[in-house]
Amino acid sequence: MFHEALLRSRQALCLAGIALVATAGGALAEWPEKAVTVIVPWSAGGGTDATARAVASELEERLGQPFNVVNRTGGGGLVGHSAIANAPADGYTLGVITIESTMFAAQGLPGVTPEDYTYIGRFNADPIAINIAADADYSDAQGLIDVVRADPGAVAASGANRGGLSHLAWIGLLDKLDIDPAAATWVATDGSAPAMQQLASGAIDVVSTSPAEAQSLVDAGEAKTVALISSERSSLYPDLPTTTELFDTDWSPLPFRGVAAPKGIPDEVVAKVEAALQEITEDPDFQSFMASRGFSVAYQDAAMFERTVMSSSEGLASAMSSAGLSQ
Amino acid sequence: MSIATLAESFGMVFQAQVLIAILGGAVYGLFIGALPGLTATMATALLVPLTFYMAPLPAIALIVSSTAMAITAGDIPGALLRIPGTPASAAYTEESYAMTRRGDAGRALSIGFFFSALGGLIGAAVLLITGPLLARVSLNFSSFEFFWLAVLGLLTCALVSGSNPVKGCVSLVLGILISTVGLDITTGQPRFAFGSVELLGGVSFIPVMIGMFAFSEILRGLSANGDKDRSEMEPSIDSRQLKPFQGVWGLFRRYPLSVLRGTSLGASLGALPGVGGDLAAWIAYGISARFSKTPEKFGKGHEEGLIEATSANNSGLSSAWIPALVFGIPGDAVTAIAVGVLYMKGVSPGPRLFAENPTMPTAIILCFFVANLLLFPLGYFAIKGARAVLAVPRNVIVPMILVCCFLGAYAINNTLFGVGIMLVAGLTGYIMERNDFPIAPVILGLVLGPVLERNFIMSMQIARGDLMGFFHRPVSAVLGVFVIAVIAVTIVSQVRKVLRRSRADTSETSLTQ
Repeated sequence: MFHEALLRSRQALCLAGIALVATAGGALAEWPEKAVTVIVPWSAGGGTDATARAVASELEERLGQPFNVVNRTGGGGLVGHSAIANAPADGYTLGVITIESTMFAAQGLPGVTPEDYTYIGRFNADPIAINIAADADYSDAQGLIDVVRADPGAVAASGANRGGLSHLAWIGLLDKLDIDPAAATWVATDGSAPAMQQLASGAIDVVSTSPAEAQSLVDAGEAKTVALISSERSSLYPDLPTTTELFDTDWSPLPFRGVAAPKGIPDEVVAKVEAALQEITEDPDFQSFMASRGFSVAYQDAAMFERTVMSSSEGLASAMSSAGLSQ
Repeated sequence: MSIATLAESFGMVFQAQVLIAILGGAVYGLFIGALPGLTATMATALLVPLTFYMAPLPAIALIVSSTAMAITAGDIPGALLRIPGTPASAAYTEESYAMTRRGDAGRALSIGFFFSALGGLIGAAVLLITGPLLARVSLNFSSFEFFWLAVLGLLTCALVSGSNPVKGCVSLVLGILISTVGLDITTGQPRFAFGSVELLGGVSFIPVMIGMFAFSEILRGLSANGDKDRSEMEPSIDSRQLKPFQGVWGLFRRYPLSVLRGTSLGASLGALPGVGGDLAAWIAYGISARFSKTPEKFGKGHEEGLIEATSANNSGLSSAWIPALVFGIPGDAVTAIAVGVLYMKGVSPGPRLFAENPTMPTAIILCFFVANLLLFPLGYFAIKGARAVLAVPRNVIVPMILVCCFLGAYAINNTLFGVGIMLVAGLTGYIMERNDFPIAPVILGLVLGPVLERNFIMSMQIARGDLMGFFHRPVSAVLGVFVIAVIAVTIVSQVRKVLRRSRADTSETSLTQ
């Protein structure tokens, strides 16, 4: 039986070989003629992964080839982001990038800069919110900031690693309000989930993360979302005030999720994916999926997306240098 | 929860679609788990695209049953080939492999399946009765408490390292050191990365585990070729011993306390997000060795520790869903994926889920019961099938294990880097074992190292460097005093032993004078 199986697999191998030769003949055919890999720099099951998988399955439907999502995690997203930038620029490796891609270079981490990508389109952007414990002595953002100002060291904040976007959003706000960023202790965590656990257990006072990620503990009556660190209100959380309204500042670090590829992929690929992505973001099914997870849909085309990335890269770099984080 | 809710949930679970999902997930989980090097996390991640096309409950049922089965089936390559399926099962892999080498493979597997299922069933019952309450308790755990739990976990090292605790501690420290590689989240600085982007991501424990256990075993087999101890290396099969579930009831009656301790430990530790599941099996094994009447038998194929650790493993698996369902805080990679799927299906985990739609969480918990019950029949076939694995000649099975080693190491992050880590770890493991350094503590250190470090630093940042901060919170203070007491008792008893011996020596010499 074993021999039979071997024989059969040899036959299959031959067939595969023939098939390979056959496809190689049509190398000039239209993209995509084989499966496309979509690299996600964050772990399976997280927000970026969920949205990337939804986008990939829609792309698959529209372009007629499998779009396989591959998670390449580690190093605060650095491993996956550099894998996207360093992939062969043949159009068969795309990636979903997040705002962290703009911050590595300023942090002095090697591997990837915003110039290393071909930008294709943004599909999501959600502001970061300020979340406090439900049983805190203050009940709004103003009260919190007053405490930070009056009593440096009394408030401990968390939400991500040091130098992560949560951290930058928070210290950037303090900086704009002329408060020393060191006035609130930053507790470095692995992400928003452990930070929310710390908040619920009463060990810390503030978590800066997206309102969606705080939602279940807000429902549980353990936490309270008080403001968005943004200049625009969110359509998903229309009642949340923004820090721009509250403090008359101009600080709007907007985390995004978008499709990008290595520098120099064929223009045909960019045009096709860009068009498909626009269709996807207009699809009611996709919109209701995003809303169900608390993500907003915010499409930008390739040129606009690139401009947004570059300007946020500059803004974050200056926030990092004022916080003494850049190298 | 009311009887009506329970009845309604039963109605939801006992539908063809859900039951087929559970059965399909279980069979799939059995295959993935039984393949050396492929893990429960991977099994779950691969299912995600499939769940897009399913109704919410069948989708979750699929994930629940495939992980319960994959975690248990991960003990099969552990017992037969010495390749642990999860970091938790690394705690008792040596023990079950020792049984296989003695010709008791059937017994090792029967214990694995039977007590896993038992632990899983009890864990699910705990989840059903105390779920929201336990979640409320687990929410009070902060970095201060997690730090003490991590210390407690590290203390079990002395108990899992066999005859030479000093060498065990050396292995443990090696594991902790490896865990420091990568981007430090506190300072944002790379550590020991040597400019490599891949190393910035840290060293994942799965390739290390595969390398240290499985690849080093292959190297050992190669170098032992032609040696006189070769026959000792090869697991002997005695087909009489492969009768599934024979004698497990007797074991249950002999060690009821182990089952009870294991499951309650697993259920309570499992509910703590982030550390629970992995820690439970290690601490359970350690406690079992500490309180056993025959601690000298541990590590040589003794049932007691195996029973306690394997039941802790599965009950921890169930209760890891408590924080995930009640507060949307995933406890491990598997529940993180499951939470994602729940959201995608429009079922947002959180207290509102229990208040507004209690049948859904209850139905999910019922899926645990069904999945764990399935462990009995599927385990029966798996144990029967194990005979075939053991009967394969070594020159055929070794290349197959090698392929699985490469595959598993590659699959963790889809890079050859993982394969490199696996090879280096294998070589290191081989050299360590040649010199009698146990390898299980390396895995313990690698898993607990980041937990220990992060929670220590977080606590210190919160307490502004005041070490007394570890005693300011009530639960933390109790845990801290307990851990310090354990260390103190160990030191005192060692000192007394030494003193007694020296006194006996002096009295002996004075007698002879």
